[in-house]
Amino acid sequence: MSGAALLEVEDLTVELPTERGPLRAVAGVSLSLAAGRTLGIVGESGSGKTMLSRAVLRLLPHAARVTGRVRFEGRDLYAISREALRRLRGRELAVVFQDPMTSLNPVLTIGSQIAEALREHLGLAQAAAFARAVELLAEVGIPEPERRARQFPHQMSGGMRQRVAIAIALSCEPKLLIADEPTTALDVTVQAQILDLLAREQSKRHMALILITHDLGVVAGRTDEVAVMYAGGIVERAPTRALFKSMRCPYTQALMAAIPKLHAPPHTPLAAIGGSPPDPTRPPSGCPFNPRCRYAQERCRCEPAALTPPDASGHQYACWFPVGDPAAAEG
Amino acid sequence: MAALDASEIGGVAEAPSRRRGMGPVFWLAVGWIAFIILIAILANLLPLADPSKMTLLARRAGPSAAHLLGTDSLGRDVLSRLVFGARSSLAVGLLAPLLGTLAGGALGLLAGYFGGRIELIIIGLTDVLLAFPPLVLALAVVAYLGPSIVNLILVLGILTVPAVTRVARAATLAVRERDFVTAARALGASHRRILLREILPIVMLPLSAFFLVLVAVIIVAEGILSFLGLGVPPPAPTWGSMIAEGRDNLDVAPHIAFFPSIAMFLTVLAFNLVGDTLRAVTDPKRGTS
Repeated sequence: MSGAALLEVEDLTVELPTERGPLRAVAGVSLSLAAGRTLGIVGESGSGKTMLSRAVLRLLPHAARVTGRVRFEGRDLYAISREALRRLRGRELAVVFQDPMTSLNPVLTIGSQIAEALREHLGLAQAAAFARAVELLAEVGIPEPERRARQFPHQMSGGMRQRVAIAIALSCEPKLLIADEPTTALDVTVQAQILDLLAREQSKRHMALILITHDLGVVAGRTDEVAVMYAGGIVERAPTRALFKSMRCPYTQALMAAIPKLHAPPHTPLAAIGGSPPDPTRPPSGCPFNPRCRYAQERCRCEPAALTPPDASGHQYACWFPVGDPAAAEG
Repeated sequence: MAALDASEIGGVAEAPSRRRGMGPVFWLAVGWIAFIILIAILANLLPLADPSKMTLLARRAGPSAAHLLGTDSLGRDVLSRLVFGARSSLAVGLLAPLLGTLAGGALGLLAGYFGGRIELIIIGLTDVLLAFPPLVLALAVVAYLGPSIVNLILVLGILTVPAVTRVARAATLAVRERDFVTAARALGASHRRILLREILPIVMLPLSAFFLVLVAVIIVAEGILSFLGLGVPPPAPTWGSMIAEGRDNLDVAPHIAFFPSIAMFLTVLAFNLVGDTLRAVTDPKRGTS
């Protein structure tokens, strides 16, 4: 941890009204992120990662009920005016969405979409904004930026579009970038390039990064800290190194086991996590993972486990019967 | 990978759907519309007889060298009246839908984007307007205000508002939830900016296609009102009133009603064809990728 927290989330809960009753998409999440650091948020589909990121940006549907606090540089994002929030978004806080096929406007040129934010937040004139857009395109590794800036999204490949989306997000030098599964919709070969680009730009700009993914492998080498989410809550949280040394939650372990191994013999069946995530409108009693957990015991079925206070390495987990060897975590 | 990138950078393939469905018929229709608009604009410069000049000695004359399309029951030159009639028919046919598209488009955008109470009020009002039989309403209003070209444009324009509102609202609803709108919001765009920069350019496509279809509808509606004597007041010719005047002479001089009918038929057909083609091309279900 270096310096004061840039982003602080305190006991954030998001409930969405549905026909089947309130859906608890995010359940009491707390986290903090210092300037220039990287936090990975990992979880399977429906674990609330995206909802958490939208809640941080106050981008949820109107009907959503949000409790808890989100503080950015000490300012409560849910207490400031819409106008103040609007000035913050894009300027200080930026996002890269999952699917670059849909996150760019199909009828506007690439250049004008990048210039948009520059004109809005930095007050650049049209020509200056366009020139800066071309520079940004070059910075994110797009060849012939001058020509590309005049093209439309459908004239570019997925990887290029994601680079454009990153250029837009970076345009106003935000202090925090939230990348919501930035590589999920992309080709495997392009994934690494995009992640490298994000890492490079992050260190260059001393920007904090929240990297949301369902792939523990993505998070491994690129984050300072990892939070594992399940059913809307954080079940395990640790500095990346400590986490990969010893995973305490059966869920994290199962996620890890689900990654195909390159050196496994051919025809090794993939280890999937049995069952499916709980219905968020009808969460099970006790630990939400208990119906799928092979170590589940009586206590897991009735009593939800809270995150433990951080141990020496800063490792926290919510499990009554943690797996793995705590001794291995030290050293 | 390198090869793939190179080919993508090298040349971007022209989207094939751009050209789909735009055969010779489409271009003929565009040509006809351009032709009609041109002669309507240049009517004063063309070597035509005065459309109101009556030659009582040559009433209901068939086509001849002096009167290429013959004369009507008052001995007026049909060709000349047809060209000058195109003026009023097109003025009403283009301006009324333009008015309706501007007003309806704005209302539909607001209703679709903001939803809630704004949507309820706007859709409620358009429903009320839709509940009136349109032609009866137009008749009543024009009869009350008196027939004039401005009144005609206003009434017919207002009548098109509900339909346009619905088209614009539906298109806006579909766009509103798209990721790039959320992305724009996440980047701090204001409502005005999102509406004008992100949503409007996309809603424009179905709206402009719908506009052309409306032009066809309104040209017919203007014809009907003129036929009933509530259109542009005489002696200014319009296609509808020319057909009405020719009706009495169908047995002796069918050409008097025939030529304006053909002009209206071709024009309406052309606008419909162009509108339908554009709608098909801009229909996302038919798009590429």
